[in-house]
Amino acid sequence: MTARIGVVTFPGSLDDRDTQRAIRLAGAEPVALWHKDKDLKQVDAVVLCGGFSYGDYLRAGAIARFSPVMEPLLEQAKAGLPVLGICNGFQILTEAHLLPGTMLRNDHLHFICRDQKLRVENAETAWTTDYTAGQEIHIPLKNNDGQYVADAYTLDQLEAEGRVAFRYLDFNPNGSQRDIAGVTNAAGNVVGLMPHPEHAVEPLIGTGRTDGLPFFTSILKKLVNA
Amino acid sequence: MARVVVDVMLKPEILDPQGQAVQRALPRLGFDGISDVRQGKRFELEVDGPVDEAALARIHDLAESFLANTVIEDFTVRVEEVAEAVK
Repeated sequence: MTARIGVVTFPGSLDDRDTQRAIRLAGAEPVALWHKDKDLKQVDAVVLCGGFSYGDYLRAGAIARFSPVMEPLLEQAKAGLPVLGICNGFQILTEAHLLPGTMLRNDHLHFICRDQKLRVENAETAWTTDYTAGQEIHIPLKNNDGQYVADAYTLDQLEAEGRVAFRYLDFNPNGSQRDIAGVTNAAGNVVGLMPHPEHAVEPLIGTGRTDGLPFFTSILKKLVNA
Repeated sequence: MARVVVDVMLKPEILDPQGQAVQRALPRLGFDGISDVRQGKRFELEVDGPVDEAALARIHDLAESFLANTVIEDFTVRVEEVAEAVK
């Protein structure tokens, strides 16, 4: 038996196929979910992938957040369903208030696309147990609206509770407060980050390393051992 | 028919890179003496029926949950008089 991991496609999603491929490479079974689906097809976890859902109109993720598929997702995520939001998926999770803070336009106003060095700060979430805390990884980063912001109280709380899951290293590519690249909820089942682990799962492409694969092997181990 | 206008602005403490870019372009265009620019969004809602307190309360909820992200943005709701369309 393997785990079934859903990948939601919204109008404007870009990385749904890459994400499905990464899930398959890790040994799990990807399940395509559509934004109009009213149920999650009994998947064991869900990935909200990158792209520009609804053209980033209003705010990135703001319209996708009210899609039919988000209703069961919100309910089940609060009950412990593992959810990973990558890039636009992270933006959708903050708009849905499953994760704190939000993303603004990159401080330099340019679209950015680069191999980014990160430090894994929390290796205990559902999506990061195959890393070690403090591990440095390289995965691609590509976005317009990647500047993580939250009020000082929220940031202090995130730091104190170990909920800053990933931090940019060497260079802050977008003005994110406290170099935050990704965060987790208190329970550790909902994780969001701007960089793209699904683009770093094969030596031939992306950063030429497979530093993103442990996201998908972590969740597989958790689900299969559950 | 009535129009309700919702203005959404980034909170004062939130950095506005787009507004800054506009501000930096001003001297180049010959506009001096403008020390800060902040960019926001204006929504014009054409409302069927009367804009009573209940309707305004619903629009307030809509603005709070959807039009603005209150993590980073403030909003105001106001009714705008619309001149009758000329037939």
